[in-house]
Amino acid sequence: MKDESGKNGVLEEVTSGDYKYGFVTNIETETAPRGLNEDTIRFISAKKNEPDWMLEFRLTAFRHWLTLTEPAWAHIEYPVIDFQDIIYYAAPKKKKEFESLDEVDPELLDTFNKLGISLEEQKKLSGVAVDVVMDSVSVKTTFQDTLAKHGIIFCSFSEAVRNHPGLVKKYMGTVVPYRDNYYAALNSAVFSDGSFCYIPEGVRCPIELSTYFRINAANTGQFERTLIVAEAGSYVSYLEGCTAPQRDENQLHAAIVEILAMDDAEVKYSTVQNWYPGDKNGKGGVYNFVTKRGLCKGRNSKISWTQVETGSAITWKYPSCILRGDNSVGEFYSVAVTNNHQQADTGTKMIHIGKNTRSTIISKGISAGKSNNSYRGLVQVAKKADNARNFSQCDSLLLGDKCGAHTFPYIKTANSSAIVEHEATTSKISEDQLFYCQQRGIDMEKAIGLIVNGYAKEVLKQLPMEFAVEAQKLLAITLEGSVG
Amino acid sequence: MQNTDKKYNRLEQSLIAFFEKKKADLSANCSPKIVLSRQQAFDEFQRTGLPTSTDENWKNTRIEKLYNESFQPDNPPTGYEKSASEIFQCEIHGFDAHVISMLNGWYYCPEGMQLQTLKDGLVVGSIIAAQKQYPELFDRYFDEIAQNRKHGLTAVSRALFRDGVFIYVPDGVEVKKALQLIKIVNRDEKMMVNSRNLIILGKNSKLSLLHCDDSINHNPGFINTFTEVQLGENASIELYKLQNINNETALLNSTFIRQERNSRSKVNVVTLNGGLIRNELNVDLLGEGADADLNGIYLMDNEQHIDNQVFVNHAVPNCTSSELFKGVLDEKATGVFNGNIFVARDAQNTNAFQRNNNILLSPTAKIDTRPFLEIYADDVKCSHGATVGQLDEEALFYLKQRGIPRQDAYLLLMYAFTAEVTGKIAINALRSNIEDMIKKRLRGELAICEKCVLHCNHPVIPLEFEIDMSRV
Repeated sequence: MKDESGKNGVLEEVTSGDYKYGFVTNIETETAPRGLNEDTIRFISAKKNEPDWMLEFRLTAFRHWLTLTEPAWAHIEYPVIDFQDIIYYAAPKKKKEFESLDEVDPELLDTFNKLGISLEEQKKLSGVAVDVVMDSVSVKTTFQDTLAKHGIIFCSFSEAVRNHPGLVKKYMGTVVPYRDNYYAALNSAVFSDGSFCYIPEGVRCPIELSTYFRINAANTGQFERTLIVAEAGSYVSYLEGCTAPQRDENQLHAAIVEILAMDDAEVKYSTVQNWYPGDKNGKGGVYNFVTKRGLCKGRNSKISWTQVETGSAITWKYPSCILRGDNSVGEFYSVAVTNNHQQADTGTKMIHIGKNTRSTIISKGISAGKSNNSYRGLVQVAKKADNARNFSQCDSLLLGDKCGAHTFPYIKTANSSAIVEHEATTSKISEDQLFYCQQRGIDMEKAIGLIVNGYAKEVLKQLPMEFAVEAQKLLAITLEGSVG
Repeated sequence: MQNTDKKYNRLEQSLIAFFEKKKADLSANCSPKIVLSRQQAFDEFQRTGLPTSTDENWKNTRIEKLYNESFQPDNPPTGYEKSASEIFQCEIHGFDAHVISMLNGWYYCPEGMQLQTLKDGLVVGSIIAAQKQYPELFDRYFDEIAQNRKHGLTAVSRALFRDGVFIYVPDGVEVKKALQLIKIVNRDEKMMVNSRNLIILGKNSKLSLLHCDDSINHNPGFINTFTEVQLGENASIELYKLQNINNETALLNSTFIRQERNSRSKVNVVTLNGGLIRNELNVDLLGEGADADLNGIYLMDNEQHIDNQVFVNHAVPNCTSSELFKGVLDEKATGVFNGNIFVARDAQNTNAFQRNNNILLSPTAKIDTRPFLEIYADDVKCSHGATVGQLDEEALFYLKQRGIPRQDAYLLLMYAFTAEVTGKIAINALRSNIEDMIKKRLRGELAICEKCVLHCNHPVIPLEFEIDMSRV
């Protein structure tokens, strides 16, 4: 998988699929037979030249998966997924290339323009053949050099399995074991690729690492697996995703992200997710079932999740922190926007185990159209987590009278010195603010974009600079047409 | 009939056997509607079985520990000897109320008093007697609310209830004197008591009801009560529940309230003692302008467990609701609060509020709180909050600095913590009595005793926290 795309990774990376709307499964060579059984897994493992222990891991996970049933507790509705009707491995083939931008879907280009993506970049994103491969290889090499100088390992998961088996073996599955849940087991069995990142002791990563566009592996497919290990005293800021709309033919995504932070280490993980949400009538769209979890293993470690969720027909995602080290800190900042028929059930888990651990949850849900947007979060204080402190704030904004906004907080406290606070409000967009904007000549749609951005500012300001600007525009675009 | 692929536990088996054996007996004197309802509930129970803590709504309440006990579901009625207040001395000092009572799941009264009409037109009595006398009311209201949020245990009480209380307030009647319902379980063997109540308030009517669940011995028991409350247009109910049962007893109180236009419900649940208590409060606001004010206090210690489940359904626009539950947990006590506000599509102008505050006093106490909001309308004001914490160190310091010993300062602050809820009790005599009980409870003096639990009948010596003035 990696081999093919390695040369012009950037090109592959951004566009993970066909450019047509909807899902057209691209059946070409190098495809595993439809369905899931042990042979499929052996096939995937063989294709990727994996060592035996990896195959063994996959098979154990698969056998466990067979014993599980799909979870049904989330506030989402979707037709039954036929797991035997999915192709679990398809080597990415060359995309159909367009001669010029004129051939590209105009709606897509329109979106690019609104996001302010440069023409050159637009060509790449939409898969137009670019003669000058805008230094992608050289850019990549430059970054690789910088990273190597610091001893940072940043590569695709397959590469890591080949080149750093010791590290992968040691840490893979320690934060999200294959037994964790249905989709984690599925991912562990069939994961295609992903990123691996290792920051050595005391190193502060000089650049923001990104899976999108800059350095890393392309088309990691629908079952992505990311592992980040931050050794004592290190720091890394990691970006995932892409603000540009991705047309992805894979209807089911089940990813795993694992983060380990040792003593005094800090990991900041930012996501912008804008996968295909389905059309205005709720047809099609990506099902996104993700297990993301960070383990604050060492003392004074910190893991911070920031997410902007605007895409996918279904989002099922709970980036969590296990605060095991004393004085460790967990943070979760989230903006989730749903429009049309999208459904999101997202939130976090903060599990306080160490002493003096602190966590903050700021969640802003915005629902429009006929969508449903739920916050679901757990704050758990274990018996020995003395002086644990949590503050949660979950606000929901409703645009329109056909959408739903829900809050499902779970608070479990088993320590009397814990202080846990949760507050939430649900309200509709302020008529006064809208009137004020319109009175000053700002049209309704722009006014909503403005107000929503102000509402989500607390979260957006947590994003790294280059994401923040695009994310703001993205919010406005996602809400387009939501005004009745 | 028997579903062969389901494995039943001990309690389930004995309940099924009991129903099948005593079907005719249970249905004697019952109208066809009730007979049918029993059968339906029984079928439902056979299908679902009893709830366990793997069910989402029962998480953290380990109800299944009861299922392997040998609870006797059948218990013969006790003949009437003397009034409940004489035996149990449950009257509350200074609180003028009409007392009715239930003993071991049977309506307890002198012969021929099974159903009485009091002077302002209020009808009270046994549910079995009432269904003969008021078939039209039963046709209209019985089982009407029972359909939502049901589970195995409500099915059991619907299928197996022996008796229960019926209260009917006709249109326009404002009952001046409060009603006090005393429910007592007193038998030597382990018993499961299933009972069912129906309370109907007509248009523009008003009622205050104090519902006490007490036990007077230390025998284990399982009390399973199912109550339907129907509020007509502009009707108003004040419902107080006082729970003080022994640590060996489990109590499930499922209350379903259905409110029509402009009706008001005010519920106050005070839980002082009990091995395992679960209060389910389901309120359906079905008419515009309806208001529900739901409050609760729980003070638990030992290995007691309290579970408050509150579900408010805003089905129509312009309704208001408020939930305020506060609790103090000490020693190995565990608590669950599960609040749920549901705002249906187009239920605009909804105002819903929910809060749960907890204080943990010991490192082994536990609380799980889940304040949920589910909202499908946009013009709403909904908020919820939940906190878990300790007493304010600064306030403690302030009190200590003024010479109040630490222990008293603690009690004062806890008392103040509960006052926000007790302050909402509208009947003065009842409020001061409940406040006194809370004081006693906080000082660890309120326990269940041989003869009577509450000593309500005794003129109470004013209870003050001992503040050593010489040190001030």
